[in-house]
Amino acid sequence: MSKATEISSHDAGATAAHEDHHEHHIPKGVMRWILTTNHKDIGTLYLWFSFIMFLTGGAMAMVIRAELFQPGLQIVEPDFFNQMTTVHGLIMVFGAVMPAFVGLANWLIPMMIGAPDMALPRMNNWSFWILPFAFAILLASLFTEGGGPNFGWTFYAPLSTTYSNDSTALFVFSVHIMGISSIMGAINVIVTIFNMRAPGMNWMKMPLFVWTWLITAFLLIAVMPVLAGAVTMVLTDKFFGTSFFDAAGGGDPVMFQHIFWFFGHPEVYIMILPAFGIISHIVPTFARKPLFGYASMVYATASIALLSFIVWAHHMFTTGMPVYMEMFFMFATMLISVPTGVKVFNWVATMWRGSMTFEVPMLFALAFIVLFTIGGLSGLMLAITPVDFQYHDTYFVVAHFHYVLVSGAIFSIMAAVYYWLPKWTGRMFNIGLAKTHFWCSLISVNVLFFPMHFVGLAGMPRRIPDYSLQFADYNQWISIGGFAFGLSQLIFLAVVIQACRKQGEPVSDRVWEGANGLEWEIPSPAPYHTFETPPVVK
Amino acid sequence: MQQSYEKYYVPAQSPWPIVGAVALFLIAVGAANVVMEYSNQSDGYGPYILALGLVVLLVMIVGWFKNQIDESMAGLYSAQLGRSYRQGMTWFIFSEIMFFGAFFGALFYARMISVPWLGGASNNAMTNAVLWPEFQALWPLVTTPGGTTTEAMGPAGLPTINTIILLISSVTLHFAHVGLEKNKRKQLAWMLGATIALGGIFLFFQVQEYIHAYRDLGLTLQSGIYGNTFFLLTGFHGMHVTLGTIILLVLFFRVLKGHFTPDNHFAFQAGAWYWHFVDVVWVMLFLFVYVL
Ligand code: HEM
Ligand SMILES: [Cu+2]
Repeated sequence: MSKATEISSHDAGATAAHEDHHEHHIPKGVMRWILTTNHKDIGTLYLWFSFIMFLTGGAMAMVIRAELFQPGLQIVEPDFFNQMTTVHGLIMVFGAVMPAFVGLANWLIPMMIGAPDMALPRMNNWSFWILPFAFAILLASLFTEGGGPNFGWTFYAPLSTTYSNDSTALFVFSVHIMGISSIMGAINVIVTIFNMRAPGMNWMKMPLFVWTWLITAFLLIAVMPVLAGAVTMVLTDKFFGTSFFDAAGGGDPVMFQHIFWFFGHPEVYIMILPAFGIISHIVPTFARKPLFGYASMVYATASIALLSFIVWAHHMFTTGMPVYMEMFFMFATMLISVPTGVKVFNWVATMWRGSMTFEVPMLFALAFIVLFTIGGLSGLMLAITPVDFQYHDTYFVVAHFHYVLVSGAIFSIMAAVYYWLPKWTGRMFNIGLAKTHFWCSLISVNVLFFPMHFVGLAGMPRRIPDYSLQFADYNQWISIGGFAFGLSQLIFLAVVIQACRKQGEPVSDRVWEGANGLEWEIPSPAPYHTFETPPVVK
Repeated sequence: MQQSYEKYYVPAQSPWPIVGAVALFLIAVGAANVVMEYSNQSDGYGPYILALGLVVLLVMIVGWFKNQIDESMAGLYSAQLGRSYRQGMTWFIFSEIMFFGAFFGALFYARMISVPWLGGASNNAMTNAVLWPEFQALWPLVTTPGGTTTEAMGPAGLPTINTIILLISSVTLHFAHVGLEKNKRKQLAWMLGATIALGGIFLFFQVQEYIHAYRDLGLTLQSGIYGNTFFLLTGFHGMHVTLGTIILLVLFFRVLKGHFTPDNHFAFQAGAWYWHFVDVVWVMLFLFVYVL
């Protein structure tokens, strides 16, 4: 023990926490959370932050759906409506989904690979704590004179340059900070996985959540800097008279879209690959069978990631690209659905003849598989260039990406929380309430997003506060589904609060009968420090 | 306790990250306000907030690095931790490459796609005929479709000299590293000092070049896509050289204080990698911005 004490007391001398000599003594109060270097604390911070952002972005969605409940303009000004759609999108992407996955990575990766912590613990704290500041800036921009960003989360030039308001500068710098946070977080994940695996945890033994996050982290480091470049050019175009995106100066607004989507398409895989990992843990547990086709899962993930760099212009079919480019991006995009299909196949094959039970995480995982597949199929439709001319910029696209993001990414996050929460708190959550949450979410999410396919195919444009009368019935259903989905998430909040207050039955170390992996070998709740001595993996 | 492995050093709580977070917040708010005030030609708190943010950032860097150096000198760092730092630095440099990649991408797009298209290439004959029939697609784009004119910055003179300076600086830094590894401290100090001096000279010439561009060539940030890519690429590169020089300067003082040993010098290596990376970026710049 002597060495550990020496180490921590030396460092403590240099920091504020003088008295805190003993490694196993958990610091108390707010300062614990502000100064922490512990991967579990930081994971918890990320997850709560993400939840708060999810509710904030959700509130904005409620404003959008309230306005769209009826045709005509009733509740908000069109400009404010645009600000709501923009900030809703930005918050959900950068504030809810991404931080939730980073939080899960923090909690789980060290426990899954038998590491004492993340590789760079102080930087880990920094990556987290800059996020709340970034979103404070973004949200504050809504209250400036002239309002917040109103050009869509994709901030296409010239909407974000010639036609935007002054607060664009706040938007740009807040995106910079989000980017810095993501890059540092991703570096930490990659280095942890490369360098901190316990003896015997070789590449092809690594749990899939770790694999998918490794590849996600690579994507993040590759594309977040490109996003930083894009916002920087928007900044100089708007404020310093450059003309990157202005044809009069030799630039091109379409160039903005190329740069943005070079980031943007890998970004959508950043938001789904960790979800694939989560589902690949949950399905085997509750089917009580090892995952079917582990190696093919790894290769599929890697190929999705590589292909995601050469499909970006499928978002730009209607910009007037030369035909050979349209063809190239169409076929490349369709190619991506092959590895994606491999994954869905493997999950189904894992369940085949398994002894399945339907605990809450499994319910969410099953819903994920079905609903994500629907989103993938609408994606395939969108990938067909000639028909995308009809679908582009309609509610069909909105339906597509909400199926993959809400009933995909968000459902997987909820599945993960229900799956690992007992390990974190040491108690079983309130199962009845959790099931209520599941069924309410499942039904409302479909009432909310399914009719969007129909209005979209019929031609209802996205990002417009008003619509033609014939879309009214469906829009009412959509809004009702929206409010119901929003309210259902309060049930989730209740479940999580109860669990954090340690209400519920204590659970065993393994928690779920069929669970496998290092994280299930340690006590529940997981001790503050785990694997200070690396385990040997056989 | 098992003795067969070295313990991985997990620092206890640290105040520096939150200080750094506040710093970035102030920098972002300050910079955004500076930009808005600049475009509205108004006065405000922007510059002060920005300056405060930079000061706080400096405090954080000093404090954080001091912790790191103390820990390293106290022998708390294992070989495994050293690998973490090296890998972290490598991936950071990769992210920087991608950042420059965005601007190089813009340059290539302008040269190969947007400017030719504005001139009527591919299926864009009508774009040219209807919008700017006078416009001719040339690179460097000295006359924009909108009619702004400028002169191009050729490779002869300062840019070539600067290229040679940076290339030599990479060599001197390499010899400094060799000196460190062979424990020849004199060679280390001199070569490192020479590298810093070369970095300084490079920056000085770069400023001269900008003055020349603005005053004599009429090449400004507003000169259309040629000036835009020129200034953003060389500008971000210049910022990186500045940062690199500061890093080397810090290393230099640490060397004088007797820090670093032949087998424990991560900070030196990281600084050196960064410098070499910045040099490689310059070579690409020289090629694609000036020569070709
Ligand atoms: C089978 C795989 C997929 C295919 C073939 C596909 C295809 C497409 C296409 C062609 C578009 C552009 C539609 C248009 O604007 O006209 C699109 C939009 C979008 N997709 Fe996918 N997609 C797939 C999976 C995903 C996944 C996994 C996500 C996220 C988790 C995602 C998120 C999005 C988003 C956010 C947009 C809309 C962006 C915007 O314009 O705001 N997609 N998809
Ligand atoms: Cu895409």
